[in-house]
Amino acid sequence: MDTQQEQNYSVQEMINQKKSNKSIFNTTEKIVPLFLLLCAIISVLTTIGILFTLLRESVTFFSDVSLAEFYLGTQWSPWSGKFGVFPLIAGTLLVTAIATCVALPIGIASAIYLSEYASTRSRKVIKPILEILAGIPTVVYGFFALTFVTPILQGIFPDLKIFNALSAGIVVGIMITPMIASLSEDAMNAVPNRLREGALALGATKLEVTWKVIIPAALSGIVASIVLAVSRALGETMIVTIAAGATPNLTFNPMESIQTLTAFIVQGATGDTSYGSTIYFSIYAVGITLFIFTFAMNLFAQYISRRFREDY
Amino acid sequence: MQTNTFSINRMRRRVIVNQVFKYIFIFSMSLALLALALLIYRILNQGLGSLNIDFLRQFPAPYPEKAGLFAGIMGSLYLMFLIAPISITIGVSTALYLEEYAAKNKFTRFIQINVQNLAGVPSIVFGLLGLTFFVYLFSLGYTLIAGALTMSLLILPVIVVASQEAIRAVPEDIRAASIAMGATKWQTIWRIVLPASIPGILTGSILALSRAIGETAPLIIVGAAAAIYTIPDSLTSKYTAMPIQIYNWTTRPQEEWQYLAGAGIIVLLIILLLMNSIAIWIRNKFQSRY
Repeated sequence: MDTQQEQNYSVQEMINQKKSNKSIFNTTEKIVPLFLLLCAIISVLTTIGILFTLLRESVTFFSDVSLAEFYLGTQWSPWSGKFGVFPLIAGTLLVTAIATCVALPIGIASAIYLSEYASTRSRKVIKPILEILAGIPTVVYGFFALTFVTPILQGIFPDLKIFNALSAGIVVGIMITPMIASLSEDAMNAVPNRLREGALALGATKLEVTWKVIIPAALSGIVASIVLAVSRALGETMIVTIAAGATPNLTFNPMESIQTLTAFIVQGATGDTSYGSTIYFSIYAVGITLFIFTFAMNLFAQYISRRFREDY
Repeated sequence: MQTNTFSINRMRRRVIVNQVFKYIFIFSMSLALLALALLIYRILNQGLGSLNIDFLRQFPAPYPEKAGLFAGIMGSLYLMFLIAPISITIGVSTALYLEEYAAKNKFTRFIQINVQNLAGVPSIVFGLLGLTFFVYLFSLGYTLIAGALTMSLLILPVIVVASQEAIRAVPEDIRAASIAMGATKWQTIWRIVLPASIPGILTGSILALSRAIGETAPLIIVGAAAAIYTIPDSLTSKYTAMPIQIYNWTTRPQEEWQYLAGAGIIVLLIILLLMNSIAIWIRNKFQSRY
């Protein structure tokens, strides 16, 4: 009788304990998702923060300098009160154009070779080596451009300035090459083998298979990789700050020293710019211009890879 | 007969064109590999002469022979120890929310697209964000913590995407098995899903951190200085970092400084190489297939 009661009691106790445990579980089960949601919202807040920052300071800037003066003006010399952003945009586009001319052929050719010609073994070796290029810090590329590429180019073109768009553009091109190569190779690799084999069986050479079957089938991925790489080149900062100079010339001559949007942001933020001055706010106006460029490119890339994806 | 020779000639031409293009492709790819080889050769050539113990122990100085990378190395380490817990906690939590808890609705898709777009924002824009919010609005000034917070936000999207992939790779079966044994949702995540996806999460996080170590532009904007003669002793100390020192030396006209920059780059690249090797090692060692 006694033992029976004791047992009953301990079972009751166990049930009670289980119940209290359950309430701890229940609280954890409720709190954890909330905490995770809060963390997820931080990334949204970051975007809002970026937009807020750029807009608020730009609005202050545009109360000093009119939108028309900023976007239509052709002279950028903030320290003497001339805020026409066009030279900076021209500099950015010039460097990006040179970079694309370097990266596009090399990147696509590498992707074609790796995906269509190389053996599995050499692909496994070469692709990671190419990707090392993508992991090198941009300040290192800047050093390389200024101390190695520029002197070599000066040997070829004696008129070349020490700081010039050409050298910076070439090195930015080297930096974005692995991006095009790697992403395009992924897109080509995703084309199913039966398409390749079908074309080969009809007597096409490898080049014809690549040109007429693989590239059309992988086009959305290839174009998206190029657009992303161009967007990366637009926003690249250190290479152009170190190698392209700080003279906002309105020129499309790659031999000249220029200044890009990003390079001005660095100059404006590090020079003796006081908080609250027009130059300080101009950094944000330049920043929002850059942001709009890269944001449009990124949206475009996402649109292409969604809209034109060929599913097999 | 005539058509036959014609088609044989045509065939031959197609085969030759195929071969020629193969070599054009190989040649173009070699250009990229050559660029990498030249870059490494150039840096070793410039930097090895100045790389010695004193260089690693000395603070920045006005004379090249007295200047060293010590403040930069320590600054980068401190930054890394601050960035890692902040960005990994927030990043992995975001990934867990998106993969395990979020309903498939517009809000979830919005967060997802938002993360993707953040990954494409130029790093210098994050610098501007840090300058407005952390430096001025939160009045942290040009301090270590302001730099660390800025860099954490910068690499957050990379960590989120990598963690999501790792979490998604855990098969539904073992989740279901855990739930069937009476575990709650969070118990399943904490004891089953997270341990199974930790290698992928760590690999992605280390790669993201190595990006933070190499970044220069946002740190310049949020005020990492070049002339720092002490090691940070609190969150609100002034600080420098390796890429800042390298940038500073690169932009000086005298050639001796270029050698120092080269030596600094060697140290930076060795650290990055180590981090990447650890990431690859973790991936190979702990990758379990289901």
